[in-house]
Amino acid sequence: MATESRDYTEATETDRELTMSRAMVEAIAWEMRENEEVFYMGEDVADYGGIFSSTTGLLDEFGRDRVMDVPISETAYLGAAVGAAQAGMRPIAELMFVDFFGVAMDQIYNNMAKNTYMSGGSFSVPMVLTTAVGGTYNDAGQHSQTLYGTFAHLPGMKVVVPSTAYDAKGLMHSAIRDDDPVVYMFHKRLMGLGWMPSPPGPKTGVPKEDYTIPFGEADVKRPGDDVTVVTLGLHVHRAMEAAEQLDDDGIDAEVIDLRTLVPLDTETVLDSVRKTGKLLVVDEDYQSFGVTGEIVARAAEGALDDLSAVKRLAIPDVPIPYARSLEDEVNPGTDDIAAAVRELHE
Amino acid sequence: MVSVTDLRTMYEQMVTARHYEERLVDEYLVGKQPAFDISAGPIPGELHLAAGHEASGAGVCIHLRDDDTVTAPHRPHHIAIAKGVDLKRMTAEIFGRKTGLCRGKGGHMHLFDPDVNFACSGIIAQGCPPAVGAAMAAKKRNTDAVAVAFLGEGAIDQGGFLESLNLAAVHDLPVVFVVEDNDWAISMPKDRVTDVQNGAQRADGFDMPGVRIDSDDAMAVYEAAGEAVMRARDGNGPTLIEVQVHRRMGHFMGDAEGYRPEADIDRAKQRDSIERLAEDLRSHGVTDDELDEIRERAHERVEEVISWAKEQPEPDPEEAYENVFTNPPAQAATDGGAAADAPGDAGETGGDN
Ligand SMILES: Cc1ncc(C[n+]2csc(CCOP(=O)(O)OP(=O)(O)O)c2C)c(N)n1
Ligand SMILES: [Mg+2]
Repeated sequence: MATESRDYTEATETDRELTMSRAMVEAIAWEMRENEEVFYMGEDVADYGGIFSSTTGLLDEFGRDRVMDVPISETAYLGAAVGAAQAGMRPIAELMFVDFFGVAMDQIYNNMAKNTYMSGGSFSVPMVLTTAVGGTYNDAGQHSQTLYGTFAHLPGMKVVVPSTAYDAKGLMHSAIRDDDPVVYMFHKRLMGLGWMPSPPGPKTGVPKEDYTIPFGEADVKRPGDDVTVVTLGLHVHRAMEAAEQLDDDGIDAEVIDLRTLVPLDTETVLDSVRKTGKLLVVDEDYQSFGVTGEIVARAAEGALDDLSAVKRLAIPDVPIPYARSLEDEVNPGTDDIAAAVRELHE
Repeated sequence: MVSVTDLRTMYEQMVTARHYEERLVDEYLVGKQPAFDISAGPIPGELHLAAGHEASGAGVCIHLRDDDTVTAPHRPHHIAIAKGVDLKRMTAEIFGRKTGLCRGKGGHMHLFDPDVNFACSGIIAQGCPPAVGAAMAAKKRNTDAVAVAFLGEGAIDQGGFLESLNLAAVHDLPVVFVVEDNDWAISMPKDRVTDVQNGAQRADGFDMPGVRIDSDDAMAVYEAAGEAVMRARDGNGPTLIEVQVHRRMGHFMGDAEGYRPEADIDRAKQRDSIERLAEDLRSHGVTDDELDEIRERAHERVEEVISWAKEQPEPDPEEAYENVFTNPPAQAATDGGAAADAPGDAGETGGDN
């Protein structure tokens, strides 16, 4: 890497506010300028600039050789990214919606995720798999999942879930420079798209220069003494809103944004529950065998004596339904979070 | 030779489908103007309209019976209409209502109507394997039912399609693959993603007949599909058909089509298969008055189903937990999982079948 990059602790948030998509693209463009081995491929990533604006402007600057539209052949092009990465390049391959992983899962979990280990460390797979996640806009069961737990469950991939523009940029720099495969899951609702309004939180100040955010460092978004709320992605913002409401009633919630699932910052979670004794985990993925269960298990393993109450909110093990009344029912809302914290606080 | 009755039926289905899509544009934009918000209004989420694809749905499905299976992709309305899917309940589904085909769980990309064996997948090419399975069932049971999988030209690069061709061919299954070539896969023109301009050539490698219809012409589709369906029904195996159609609207609602040359948009609008079929009907002695009558009837039907749909109740939130399983596990209600209520009584849904 040509440039010595600044650590995120030095890079300060600036007055320059960006949407999450702009911040993500800025990091990709920076890395592409610095390193000719970085290229981006996916469906509709060239002229369209990514269905969720993950590549806006990249075609103009870098041309079709480095910003490649590919056939609707996920097995072929995700597998090709694995091969190019093993050959020493740094491909970024986009899976338009995470829900489409099914048609290419073998390349993802048998090749991308395992080749390092199965080669006894003789191969590296330095690629980034970018993918859009999440619901809240009524796109039904094949286009609204997050599948955080699915990817985090299978060993060999690092899993990153930014919730702000600042994090999106720093995590993208880290992802591209990482020597391992990184799954970079961006929530559609947070990207700042004109046609899918974001809540206020994800648009943040973003430094112009490059900076990295190390994987495995959760962010305490709001310190509090009464109840720990651990979450990620869109629900960071829902939890923050709930925390503001609760504050009016004298309940002091601590909100933790995990930011990366693999590696997972267990220490920050444990420090918090040792202080509060009460844990709520909020997730937009399916409840069973997933992120919520994992966080609760780690809290129990590490701080059982300090825990007095535990709750989790997640998609209640049903596919994501289409109709608004149904999707609202299953996707944990701000009120659900506030109510759960209140129950824990009692 | 095609009968005038069949031509009229196709025409009626095509004008119904066209008007349906045009009316859905209006309904979809309610609550989404001036600022477009995909999650606002009575029809939220993505909406892929099929204006310009009508000839393929009508020209193929006219050969099908209710016991024949059809799978459709993310752009399914014209196919559903031609297959005889309950249009009231389909519309209620698109509006996310309780009496919709899927009780509000599927939405416009995921329409399911068991009465006419119609199903969808929003994942590219993934309707192909289930169509092969329906054909397999027909063959095993010695019925003469057939299955048809519809897909876009962007889907012919997908493994699910290519594997399905092979499985269908090696078992001589009664299935027809119909590729609707509208030249675009969202923003990607066909020649950027495949070196084969005639998608029907994919058939060659699997030893099955491949037919390309270059003209967006319902009569030509009728002829080719008639032969393919008969071949399947007679136990002679699968066929691949590619039909040139035209995308008269954006990929989905809200698509500004900045990537698409103006001339291409104009060309798509000029090649109107409905106008062409009207000409064919006139040459068979059908009068303009009769054509007007068909169009009016179609428009009335569309208005009727849309008003019916909008009067339907929204699903109760608790219904979100139903239908995960046909036989829900007994303890599910207490484990935070899907509801364990007795398998739901379908009840009166009041559609138009
Ligand atoms: C496996 C998979 N990859 C990508 C998508 C996203 N996607 C939806 S429609 C579409 C383009 C499809 O083009 P085509 O098959 O030609 O059908 P058309 O939309 O033109 O009717 C894409 C890429 C998807 N639904 N499934
Ligand atoms: Mg197409």
